[in-house]
Amino acid sequence: MFDDFFIRALVAGIGVAFVTGPLGCFVVWRRLSYFGDTLAHSALLGVTMALAFEINIAISIFIISSVIAIILVKLEKNTNLPGDALLGLLAHSALAVGLVVIGFLSFIRFDVMGLLFGDILAVNVDDLIIIWGGGVIILIVLKLIWKPLFASTVNYELAEAEGLNPDRAKAIFTILMAAIIAISIKIVGLLLITGMLIIPTAMARNLSDTPRKMVVYSILGGLLSVLIGLFSSLEFNTPSGPSIIAAALLLFIISLFKIKQTIQLKN
Amino acid sequence: MSEENNILVKLNNVGLLQNHKWLVKGVSLTVKKGQIVTLIGPNGSGKSTTAKIAIGIHKNIEGKVEKFTNKIGYVPQKISIDWTLPLRVNDFMVLTENLSDEAINEALSLTGAEHLKHKSLGNLSGGEFQRVLLARAVSKKPELLVLDEPVQGVDFTGEIALYKLIKEISEKLNCGILLISHDLHTVMSATDFVLCLNGHVCCSGTPKDVAMNNEYKVLFGEQASQTLSIYEHKHDHTHSDDGEIKKN
Repeated sequence: MFDDFFIRALVAGIGVAFVTGPLGCFVVWRRLSYFGDTLAHSALLGVTMALAFEINIAISIFIISSVIAIILVKLEKNTNLPGDALLGLLAHSALAVGLVVIGFLSFIRFDVMGLLFGDILAVNVDDLIIIWGGGVIILIVLKLIWKPLFASTVNYELAEAEGLNPDRAKAIFTILMAAIIAISIKIVGLLLITGMLIIPTAMARNLSDTPRKMVVYSILGGLLSVLIGLFSSLEFNTPSGPSIIAAALLLFIISLFKIKQTIQLKN
Repeated sequence: MSEENNILVKLNNVGLLQNHKWLVKGVSLTVKKGQIVTLIGPNGSGKSTTAKIAIGIHKNIEGKVEKFTNKIGYVPQKISIDWTLPLRVNDFMVLTENLSDEAINEALSLTGAEHLKHKSLGNLSGGEFQRVLLARAVSKKPELLVLDEPVQGVDFTGEIALYKLIKEISEKLNCGILLISHDLHTVMSATDFVLCLNGHVCCSGTPKDVAMNNEYKVLFGEQASQTLSIYEHKHDHTHSDDGEIKKN
């Protein structure tokens, strides 16, 4: 069944969409899109580490992204720089160091475009295992920390006062972010992962009046984007990541008409 | 809860130093089961800070906090809900604890907010939002309720009714309440013990004691205590810029 590269890409993309839906909601609610970008940029460094030391790419990205996240937390505590400046600093430093290291690895044949924008030809059975296995673990952990994470997203002090331990939930969520980037890089590419987290969620926001609906629509939007994107990627021979994100954008634009309607109804 | 004397939370000489300035210093207070303790004081006097110390939001503090319960209901002074989060009153009620539909309805009708249940949180008026906040804090039947200016934005008649309600809640749930208010008069009838703060404890006692206290009059103006007979006493200290107390 998984002999065909396109079936593998579809199965991988569907797995990714199930995870980016709920995580993307928290990225939007907690205003973490720039943070997602930073982790994604650092993924390039993870890939080069994987190639240099011949370890699994997803695991290597996960480790590097987690390290970057920890460094960020330390810098936030120990410097007077604003959060967005620190994120920019880490994002571009990690990207630059990653590209420099690639320069040293000239002996390895290496598809940079595929890495940046996703490549459906590159998905193998091992990737499927990592995406679905990792995805299931991410969703289970997210379910476990949902209450404190959601409560502290609404109001940190309420969650803290009423004994939900929001700091722990936030730390675990950061690790989940590193994990989703690690598993979705093959399909979406590292430059566009944040788009996969945010755009279907933005579409969902336009259609939802409860958090639960927003999560469901976000997953559905992601699934549709993956299907439309991958089929057009196959048809027009475009890179998979941009095709998926363009499809998500299309869905977002359509969802704007729904808002217009609701506003007109209210008036 | 400590068995022998029903103490829920006990602050022993606590203080919080931030950016070389004492936000509060040397505050001691106890809240017992069934008791309403009110903190009053001008803006920036450390009322909210003291409450946050009591429930463990501020951690790097001086002094000692002993908490004998984990069932806490909290109404913060400021809470802003982001428009990016679609949240109805119904969802907000179960934010920190899952509740049955009956429990939600019961709490909302207690504060006169049952008609708001399916409304979006962003569309509520200030007063409506306060009622929802209070309902949410009460709904989980806490042992300790911490209410930071719970009636702000509520109209005058509603204010009196809500304070009456707070009194009823404390009797019904037999919980302790730590209440913050800027106005002693409206809380007067409801409260058992008042601490007047201004970076430190200026005076404390029953509402009547405090209203007659000279320091209270200096803080709140003469008319604040006019309805009560005037009791004079001398200042024994003033404040320096960093909030330190200087003895005269």
